[in-house]
Amino acid sequence: MRKKSLKDSLWLKVGLLALALVGIVIINLFLDSYKVKVLNLCAIYVILGLSMNLINGFTGLFSLGHAGFMAIGAYTVAILTMPLEAKEMNYYMKPMVPFLLNLNLPFIFALLIGGLLAALFGFLIGAPVLKLTDDYLAIATLGFSEIIRIVFINLQSITNGSLGLKAIPQMTNKFIALPLGLSPKTNLLWAWGMAILTIIFMQLLMKGSYGKAFKAIREDEIAARSMGINLFKHKVMSFTIGSFLAGIGGGLLAVHLGTIDPALFKFALTFNILLIVVLGGMGNIYGTVIAAIVITIAMEALRFLDEPINLGFLTTPALPGLRMVVFSLALMVVVIFKREGFLRESLEKVLEKVRGKYAKNQ
Amino acid sequence: MLKINNMTMRFGGVVAVNKLSMEIEKGQIVGLIGPNGAGKTTVFNVVTGVYKPTEGEVFYGEANEKISQLRPDQIAKLGICRTFQNIRLFKELSVFDNVFIGGHLRLKSGLFSSVFRLPKYTGEEKKMTEKAEYLLEKVGLYEMRNEKAYSLPYGMQRRLEIARALATEPRLLLLDEPAAGMNPQETQELMEFIHDIKDEFDLTIFLIEHHMEVVMGICENIFVLDHGNLIAQGNPQEIQSNERVIEAYLGVE
Amino acid sequence: MNMSIQEFLQHLANGISLGSLYALIAIGYTMVYGILRLINFAHGDIFMLGTYLTFYGILFTPIPWYIVFILAPALTGLIGLVLEKLAYKPLRESPRITVLISAIGASFLIQNLGILVFGGRPKAFPTPAILERVLKIGGVSVAIVNFVIPVVTVILLIGLNFIIQKTKTGMAMRALSKDYETASLMGININQIISITFFIGSFLAAMGGIMWGVKYPQLMPHMGVLPGLKCFIAAVVGGIGNITGAVLGGFILGLGEIMLIAFLPTLTGYRDAFAFILLIIILLFKPTGLMGEKVTEKV
Repeated sequence: MRKKSLKDSLWLKVGLLALALVGIVIINLFLDSYKVKVLNLCAIYVILGLSMNLINGFTGLFSLGHAGFMAIGAYTVAILTMPLEAKEMNYYMKPMVPFLLNLNLPFIFALLIGGLLAALFGFLIGAPVLKLTDDYLAIATLGFSEIIRIVFINLQSITNGSLGLKAIPQMTNKFIALPLGLSPKTNLLWAWGMAILTIIFMQLLMKGSYGKAFKAIREDEIAARSMGINLFKHKVMSFTIGSFLAGIGGGLLAVHLGTIDPALFKFALTFNILLIVVLGGMGNIYGTVIAAIVITIAMEALRFLDEPINLGFLTTPALPGLRMVVFSLALMVVVIFKREGFLRESLEKVLEKVRGKYAKNQ
Repeated sequence: MLKINNMTMRFGGVVAVNKLSMEIEKGQIVGLIGPNGAGKTTVFNVVTGVYKPTEGEVFYGEANEKISQLRPDQIAKLGICRTFQNIRLFKELSVFDNVFIGGHLRLKSGLFSSVFRLPKYTGEEKKMTEKAEYLLEKVGLYEMRNEKAYSLPYGMQRRLEIARALATEPRLLLLDEPAAGMNPQETQELMEFIHDIKDEFDLTIFLIEHHMEVVMGICENIFVLDHGNLIAQGNPQEIQSNERVIEAYLGVE
Repeated sequence: MNMSIQEFLQHLANGISLGSLYALIAIGYTMVYGILRLINFAHGDIFMLGTYLTFYGILFTPIPWYIVFILAPALTGLIGLVLEKLAYKPLRESPRITVLISAIGASFLIQNLGILVFGGRPKAFPTPAILERVLKIGGVSVAIVNFVIPVVTVILLIGLNFIIQKTKTGMAMRALSKDYETASLMGININQIISITFFIGSFLAAMGGIMWGVKYPQLMPHMGVLPGLKCFIAAVVGGIGNITGAVLGGFILGLGEIMLIAFLPTLTGYRDAFAFILLIIILLFKPTGLMGEKVTEKV
């Protein structure tokens, strides 16, 4: 009896997933290309938010190194997918190393390699850094992230230095759009597909024994290790997985933007993700997903704050910086007045109501 | 079962435990008593690997393995588990998860099979779940299994800590003031409970306690610490009539 | 690698003055960390504010520059004090990470307020003519600022040392950073001491900011980020919570940076990585810093 309902719910989930994917393809065809871009960015931030939440929210390691891992993923994808001509165009100051110049891989492999390289790096720095706690860990990971950035500025024959890389190949939905007579746009399936996989992965991870061990470490390290949990091993695990996902997010971001340079991967990028994690609730998967979408859209929608506004009778001056003032304030207000993250509580209330109804119907 | 050999623990200039030597036989219930600040919890922290002793060694098990340089998680894997004086539950996690995690150290499946729920893992998880549920029933918290640990009343939190420790499948269980804050009725129940789990799980129990009726009621062997020094050892009758113990407790000059 | 003694002396003077600036800013981090166990992430932005306030004070008020050089830091000190009241005080009982997030938020808030109010374009610092001269001693020509900066730093350090060693407030500060709980039971007015700590730290950061403006006369709202991080590193290197350590760390960092590019010009591009690499090395091998004390966690 119980087994059957379990199977049913599995089919239900698969059905919902298929429906979601079809929905994404359709939305992809009919929204204008700007909105598609914004939605694409939402998915990327879902992945990034979850990856940071795994490290910071679920395992309680306060890491601020995300931008660095993203840079590794982004540069890997850019370098591995750019065709020869694009590379020759980019590397005009200093030629690219011949090995990489001629290397060209399909996007999916490039993306995976980007994730794996970020994971490898996370694993390597995790070993020394994860012995630190709290704010020391924060500042050390931030330090590594900056070191990556500075190295990337200097490795001109690989990364093209501070000039950055332009004309990174775009992933479009032309194979569906062109036959239908529509103009091709960014293919949402890549980012959203990865985002959905990440959500499922995170749920499975947190449901299992390892995920619970991560949470135990977050709750009380001394108790966790007295219960036989190898702190170091589990922290490195969590950190490496998080770095992998950050690398994937970075790779997708590179394609999304089409242009990357080392200045993109400053601490401000990590700040955006931190904002999502804090507002969505530390250690909350759905809170993070919703916060990623809401904040990404809000960041776009509030762009007008930075630009002059024409009210008809007068034009307000451009106010660059105002948008980020709003978001920094939001972060502080949430932290100071509601430590759990405001989305989490409201979401939990809704979920409880839904559950309550479901239980009554049974 | 456990042998502490000439162990000293110093913090800066303060000597918390001074040249302690003691031995615990398999299957005993052993008490560690002494006035506040005598260094009792420090002994627990050294045995469980939270502190590395400044001098001396700790040996454990039939093979007399030296454990004083091991990490806490390695020691827990060898079969020593504990509760904490000031209760250290995984507060934001459910009562069930607290006990479930106790079994994590015995998990053989890797991360990969856990995430992809391969049969090897799901089989193990099922056993862990059953064990956790059994233990929760045993300590009378099964009904509360979905509550968050912090929401439990104090007495229940103590029982939950014991259940969590039992989930690690210990051979030697260290209880740090299990009866703290309990009324006489609860204390009585606790004593029966300790006997009960000792028999059922074939445990050796080492406990710190201030409630003398508990110590005298269930311990076969008692060690008395005062200012970090072992001042007496023996069965309850011997301890009750030992003059140095009485002095230490009453502060007679 | 050939370097004349003149060149070396120039680099040395340069390194000492940069080290002095790092030291002044690092003190603010270390004092706050000593008492609240908090990395005041916004400290670098406070430093930026100090520089901008001086800029506006000189250009838009009739006040003579040497008075502005005192008034602007004082005003910055007040801003630091208010920052603590708004962003950190409500979280005093919260986990350290929560406060750190608030501090990061405050840092971005101040930076972006800076862009909003001061504008994003770089501004030129109005250096008083007297400080722009270059001295020639023997064959060595050294900008006069490279003399003024260490001298002012030493004067400020003597003043700080007096406050900490000889006044009641200083004693209370020392007590608080030694043992917060006991000190709070001893009738010390914690809020007042913390406010004074933030005032002094921000005042010194602004002093550092002014001299920074004289040495590198280009103001930007983001100018505090990198020096801020580096000075936090200086504080960690010296042993966080220890003022002498912060000064030492500042000099190690400043001299190290300058000497690195002086002796190994091929590594110029890695100049900013120096601090971070030093940080990682220190955290791995001597996490308490050069002059810090060991703390054991109580179970």
